[in-house]
Parts: sequence; C-alpha cells; structure tokens
Amino acid sequence: MVLSRWIDKRIKYVFVLPALIFVLVMMVFPILYTLRLSFSQWSMGSLTPPRWIGLRNFTSLLVQDRRFWPAVGRTFAFTIIAVVIETVLGVAIALILNRDMRGKNVIKTLFLLPMVATPVAVGMVWLLMYEPSIGVINYFLKLLGLPQGLWLASPAQALGSLILVDVWQWTPMITLIVLAGLAALPSEPYEAALVDGASTLQSIRLITLPLLQPTILAAMTLRAIDAFKTYDIIYTMTQGGPGYATETLNIYSFVLGFQYFQMGKASALLIIFFALTLGLAVMINWLKKPLEL
Amino acid sequence: MLRGRKGKVVRDILYFALVAIIVIPFLFPFFWMVVSSVKTNADITRVPPAWTFKPTTMHYRGVFAEHDFSRYMFNSAVIAFGSTFCSLLLGLPAAYSIARFKQGKLALAILVARIVPGITFLIPWFILFSRLRMVDTYTSMILAHMLVGLPFIIWVMTPFFESLPVELEQAAMIDGATRQGAFFRVLLPLTGPGVITSSILSFIFSWNNFMFGVVLTGAKTKTLPVAVFNFMAYSEINWGGLMAAAVTITLPVIIIALVAQRYIIQGLTAGAVKE
Repeated sequence: MVLSRWIDKRIKYVFVLPALIFVLVMMVFPILYTLRLSFSQWSMGSLTPPRWIGLRNFTSLLVQDRRFWPAVGRTFAFTIIAVVIETVLGVAIALILNRDMRGKNVIKTLFLLPMVATPVAVGMVWLLMYEPSIGVINYFLKLLGLPQGLWLASPAQALGSLILVDVWQWTPMITLIVLAGLAALPSEPYEAALVDGASTLQSIRLITLPLLQPTILAAMTLRAIDAFKTYDIIYTMTQGGPGYATETLNIYSFVLGFQYFQMGKASALLIIFFALTLGLAVMINWLKKPLEL
Repeated sequence: MLRGRKGKVVRDILYFALVAIIVIPFLFPFFWMVVSSVKTNADITRVPPAWTFKPTTMHYRGVFAEHDFSRYMFNSAVIAFGSTFCSLLLGLPAAYSIARFKQGKLALAILVARIVPGITFLIPWFILFSRLRMVDTYTSMILAHMLVGLPFIIWVMTPFFESLPVELEQAAMIDGATRQGAFFRVLLPLTGPGVITSSILSFIFSWNNFMFGVVLTGAKTKTLPVAVFNFMAYSEINWGGLMAAAVTITLPVIIIALVAQRYIIQGLTAGAVKE
C-alpha cells in the first residue's frame, strides 16, 4: 500500500523510466559511441585499441573515397524515383478502387500482402523472376514481343530493377493510406460539383486531390524515410553489385563495418548517414508546412 | 455511350477487368513462389516455363529435414514473441505517460528512433554484445528487435491513450483505485484494439527483420531470414529449395495478415490519416 502510493505520486517517472533506460542504453549510448569511433581507426582487434585520428575518416570518405559519392547519389536516386512512382501509382489505384463494390475488403487485404511479406523471401522470388535466361519476366516480355532485359545482371539496369521491387512492395501502402483518406472526405463538395455539371475527372482534379494533399504528403514522408534506409531487398538480391552498381549508403556502411572491419571509417559513414536521414526528415517536414492548409 | 441495364452490366465487367489488371501483378510473385516450390529443379529451369508439371514436396522435405528449418522457425518465434512482449511491457506505460503528462521530449526521442536507420546502432551493439559475450543469444536479438517494436508501439498507442477522457481515471480513483490500478484495470482494456494492432505489427517486423540477425546471430539463434539468405549464399542456387524456404517463412505472416487485416491496415497507416 505504501509502495503503491509512492508509485502513484511519481507515476510520471515510474511509467516512463524503463522505456527511457532502454532509449539511453540502446540508442543514445550507441550513437555517442559511434561518434567517438568515427574519429578513430580500429579493426576490432582486441590487442590494438582504437587509435584517435581526428577527422581523417571523414576527409577520406568525402574526398578520396571512390565509392562514397556514388553511394550517396544512388541512395537519393532510389528514394526519389521509388517514392514518386509509388505515389503516382498508389493514388491512381486508390481513386480507381474508391467506389462501393463487393469484395473491396478482399482487395484491400490482398494489397496488404506485398508489404507484410518477409523481404528476404520477396527478394528471392524476384531474383528467380528476374533471372535473364530462365526468369518468367523475360518470358512474358518475349511473348509480348518486347525487348528482354538483363535486370540484376546488368550494372545499368540493376538499380532500376531494385526500384521496381520496392514499387511492387510499397505502392499498396500509398493506396491504403489514400483509401483511408478518401473515406474520410466530406460529400458536400461533390454534390455541389454534380449540380454544377462537373465531370468525374474535374472533381478529382479540383476537389479530391486538393483535399487529399495532406494525406498524400504524409504517406510520401513515411515512404521516403523508409526507402532511404532500404537494406533487406538490396542486400539479399545484389549485395550492392554487380560491381558497386547498387551500393547505397546502407549497404556500403554494412560492407565497411562487417566485411572489411574498418570500424572507424564505417562509423564515420554511419554518422553521415544518420545526419542525412535526420536532415531529410526535417527538410520534408519543413517543405510540408507551407503546402498544408 | 451504353445506357440502361445492359450498359451497367458491361461497365461492371469492364471495371472488374480493370481491377483484376491492377491486382494480378501484386499477387503474381506469391503465385510464382508457391508454384516454383513444388516444381522439380528441372521444371523450374525449363524455358519456356512449364505450366503443367507433376508437383513434388521434395523441396519442403529438404528444407525441414536437411536444413533444420524448424529450429530457425522456433528461434524466429521466440525472438518475435519475446521482443513484442518486452516492447509492450515498456511501451504501454510510457505511451500512457506521454499522453497524460505531455512528455514531448521522450516522444521526440521515440520519433527519432522511428526515423534513424537501424544500421547506425549495429556497430556499437556488435562491439558491446561481443564484449559481454552476448552475440548469438536470444537476449541480444530481443533487445535489438525492441528498437523497432518499442518505438512503434509507443507511436501507435500514444494517440489511443490521448483519446481516452481523463474522467475515466478520475472516476476509478474516486472509487478507491490507485492510479496504476486505474491504468491496468480501466484504461488498458479500453485500448485493446490498439494493443492488438501494435503487437501484431511489432511481431511481423521482428519476424521479417534480416539485418540485425545477420550480425547478431550465430549457429544457436539463427533466425529464418538469415537461414534463407545463407541457403542462397552457400550452395549453387537450388531454386526449388529456395522457394520452399521462402514460402515457409512468408506463410505465417500471410496467415496473420489475412486474419487480422483490419488491424494491420490501421497500424501501417498510423500517423498518416487523422481519424
């Protein structure tokens, strides 16, 4: 009784304390440790402790490293292209599906499957489908009389092929979010538009899309932040190859850390990656504000 | 333009065809995964693809008998249940407290955890867990997966607690309950749907997670995604076995998705649509 009264008075602290300790031990401390390591040279040897080398990891990445800037470019290209395609497709599909029909819930459920399926398994089946000689995608293209691709086997096509997998996985998320947004729209503007003789396309362009703008932007934000960190699909399907053709920041830092064991340089890259991700999130937030009504 | 009843039927059929054209590409990879998993490797590599063939269960038998997938499945389940349970244990009180006492700073830290790439934490964890000899233990994997589950649960649950009127607790406290008692006996039952949503998704995130497992597991605690990936990396590609492994790992998630679709849609779209 005494104990429970003691807890009640301090419930503000008692209830958040465990989560707070977790955040400190598992997040804050690791980030600080990574920051410190980023100024050191260390290959995880137990006999040779980390050696302080100042900013040299950063200058080596930003100036000398041949793989850093291309990885930055690929990460942004992957994110921007994937999110734009997903948004356009996702909104279009939502608008098409947005009418009362039987089996709408079944279709929504089916749309869920690509995004909950285990990414490693998704990567494997796309690997088989992309296979240039036995893959079913080239077979379909041939049936349609279209040129066949080398897909993941070609440095020029590999990143695009990975973007296509991301589009397959995540377009449904935009669709589902937009469908939820559509369900919450008021019906009066449409009735007024109908009276004024507006066509369906006109009411979509002039009423639906402006009203949906906050929802679409929120969906794009969530997607952009996740696309920026894509790891599973890329690592399971190409491991950054062929050559370095699909090496994004995520993959490059993993390779530096856990294949080359250059812990200092990998940490420096992670700090840059961390800052870029936060910057991206802040920037999106900042860009969104004037657009929202 | 087609008019009248006949016209409506035609338009319905056209619409249905359009919906089918949209949905089929999203389902085809699943179909192909299942079909390939019951083909012999000779049938899989046939060009043009063999549309009729004699199904075989040899790949599934191989996956479970030779590659010990039931063990990896057990590992994945222990880690997914463990991390979800611990995340709920820490996350529910924290979400309540953030909602009631407007603890914005902690909420911000949680948001940052949602945004920051998981790989940022992997190097220090790996070093820390190696020092503590905790690599290849359930504990380290559960802790790692909580980094995804805990912020997600707090993120989904905070608005749920915010939507509950303060009067509920006050009434319970007037009736003699302590504040914790009110939380456990009055508030938690009311947030049931939110708890279901966030725990299902936390489970799925953990089950699907590949990156943490690659670094933090070894022979004893290897999870399914890592096992599937190794399956590809070490042998020359055994497509049939690979597809059987892919079906094995995806099936539980698909079943959960089909049963609990309403909750999952709610969770995945959380934060984007204001209810």
